[in-house]
Amino acid sequence: MSVLCGKDTRLVVQGMGKHGTFHAKGCRDYGTNVVGGVTPGKGGTTVEGFPLFDTVGEAVEKAGANTSVIFVPPPGAADAIMEAADAGIPLIVCITEGIPVLDMVKAAKYLAGKKTRLVGPNCPGIISPGERCKIGIMPGHIHMGGPVGVVSRSGTLTYEAVGQLTALGIGQSSCLGIGGDPIIGTNHTDALRLFNEDPATEAIVMIGEIGGSAEEEAAEYVKAHVKKPVIGFIAGQTAPPGRRMGHAGAIISGGKGTADEKMKAMRDAGIRVVKSPAEIGQAVKEALGR
Amino acid sequence: MKIHEYQGKAILASAGVPVPKGKVAFTVDEAVAAGKELGFPVVVKAQIHAGGRGKGGGVKLAKSAEECAQIAGKMLGMTLVTHQTGPEGRVVKRLLIEQGMDLDGAKEMYLAVLVDRASGAPVFMASAQGGMDIEEVAAKDPKAILKEVIDPAVGFAAFQARKLAFGLGLPAAVVPKAVALMQGVYRAFEQVDASLLEINPFLITKAGEVFALDAKVNFDDNALYRHPDCEAMRDLDEESPLEVEASKHSLNYIKLDGGNVGCMVNGAGLAMATMDIIKLAGGSPANFLDVGGGANADQIKNAFRILLADADVKAVLINIFGGILRCDVLAEGVIAAVKELHVNVPVVVRMKGNNEDQGKEMLNGSGLAFTTADDMMEAAQKVVAVAGGAR
Repeated sequence: MSVLCGKDTRLVVQGMGKHGTFHAKGCRDYGTNVVGGVTPGKGGTTVEGFPLFDTVGEAVEKAGANTSVIFVPPPGAADAIMEAADAGIPLIVCITEGIPVLDMVKAAKYLAGKKTRLVGPNCPGIISPGERCKIGIMPGHIHMGGPVGVVSRSGTLTYEAVGQLTALGIGQSSCLGIGGDPIIGTNHTDALRLFNEDPATEAIVMIGEIGGSAEEEAAEYVKAHVKKPVIGFIAGQTAPPGRRMGHAGAIISGGKGTADEKMKAMRDAGIRVVKSPAEIGQAVKEALGR
Repeated sequence: MKIHEYQGKAILASAGVPVPKGKVAFTVDEAVAAGKELGFPVVVKAQIHAGGRGKGGGVKLAKSAEECAQIAGKMLGMTLVTHQTGPEGRVVKRLLIEQGMDLDGAKEMYLAVLVDRASGAPVFMASAQGGMDIEEVAAKDPKAILKEVIDPAVGFAAFQARKLAFGLGLPAAVVPKAVALMQGVYRAFEQVDASLLEINPFLITKAGEVFALDAKVNFDDNALYRHPDCEAMRDLDEESPLEVEASKHSLNYIKLDGGNVGCMVNGAGLAMATMDIIKLAGGSPANFLDVGGGANADQIKNAFRILLADADVKAVLINIFGGILRCDVLAEGVIAAVKELHVNVPVVVRMKGNNEDQGKEMLNGSGLAFTTADDMMEAAQKVVAVAGGAR
């Protein structure tokens, strides 16, 4: 078992430029069922063995796509999200970094009330190693199948945590990168709910960072609903206020969104918070009683 | 990206928001000419990208041409220190010469628009407690801040502006003017893709006229590509030269005060985590530096150059998780950069992922004095030790 992506995934790639095509191949090589790509104007042709379609609707109709991954450059990315939702795609994973926030405001509003789930933008994607399904840009080879769900706002820091788990022989059910932007589709709480309801997930790693209050809200959810062990880390304990630390969402503003506040809320909810990013793997091992 | 008050007011004026008449001046002569054109008294306002200018002596009233010349002469070139500039302050290079407003019996309030993460939409905020630090108001009396969430498809509706205006306790005769001003503010926010537009204070004169007396506009950097006119307002004098240099090479660099360990990391989250672990190891990071998910040899060289331009850096820690980026490619870039730039501080390299063993062999066989480490804590301890130990 896994969350969001697995054996039934039929993936369409929106934005089959150089970048999109490279990662479409990476997903296919890992084992994902990539049913095609969307590049308006290139419908009917193929690239690297992937059939191309003019619209997402066509990819749904002709290739049975049920998941979309978006590599469309920032000016068109929010539009691509809305197109996939309009085509009835239930799961959209948007990798694109640098989408104007007011574009995302519109896309988020468009998605409200629809059954579509958005993951990202500005995220590495989702991987379920036990089912050889990867939707995104993460290095597949560092993962292994197993009982730990991982949710994180950042890319390489997630790989770091996964690398530690795999090195200890602890596999992952799914790893979910939710993205570093201020407005994202699936937040920490949503991800925790999914992992909490997934019978194959026995422990959850939650990696947050400074900015906003999503981690505090997730901690509330954990306190009320999650019986599985949750291990947490917050990046940016040494970050100065008022400076955007790379991610558009990683900023301490008005004295809010500090690592200390988040770590306290998480500890109060029973989450095992590690101060050092090097201790994530070990903390999971202990929580699982291995 | 931030801009100056006079630029923010020009944006507001073009969206129909009433602002005091004013002109920018770069010299004393320009300041006096602007004062004569506007008619005295005028307010001379230092233009720097930081708040709290009044308390720091950056806002003064000039009643005559002589006084204007004297104030402008003092202010241009002065180092203005406010609670937002840090102790080093900012050198004043531009002034806004503005028509003096009759503040007798006037009220000062607060207006702002920003994108709220929780509601995923822009929010219009208003408070009757203007002229103050809004963060203090929010901490002491959160109910004193009124909020209206804006539906992006509808925009900021007139009824929402009316709710705010009546909520602020404005007299009925002033409400229509305040509503028009607020709607103009939202129009400006949307037109330029701002991430924050703040009017503090929002002035209501005794005669019932409304003005934006100050303007703070921050842009959404991701949207600047569609606003070249806004991008042209960027004032590089207000930014750290190293940060400007880094941004030219698509590197994300932020200097941190008091640190001595330079860090080079791929990915923002891992870069923050690396700073954290240096601190846990007893050291102090000199910077945040994200070279991006797929850094190449050229970027690594540029990153080294920027790190080493900071005299505080006594050792460098490179922490790279090679996902798409291969560790052998990284090692090649690091070796080339160290040779070419004659790097003379200790360099600790920790790399993980693709072709990691090959990369390590290349570093060890290079004849250069690299220290390698397998995990983050080991790397942090080693770099803190060579940077002069814990402090």
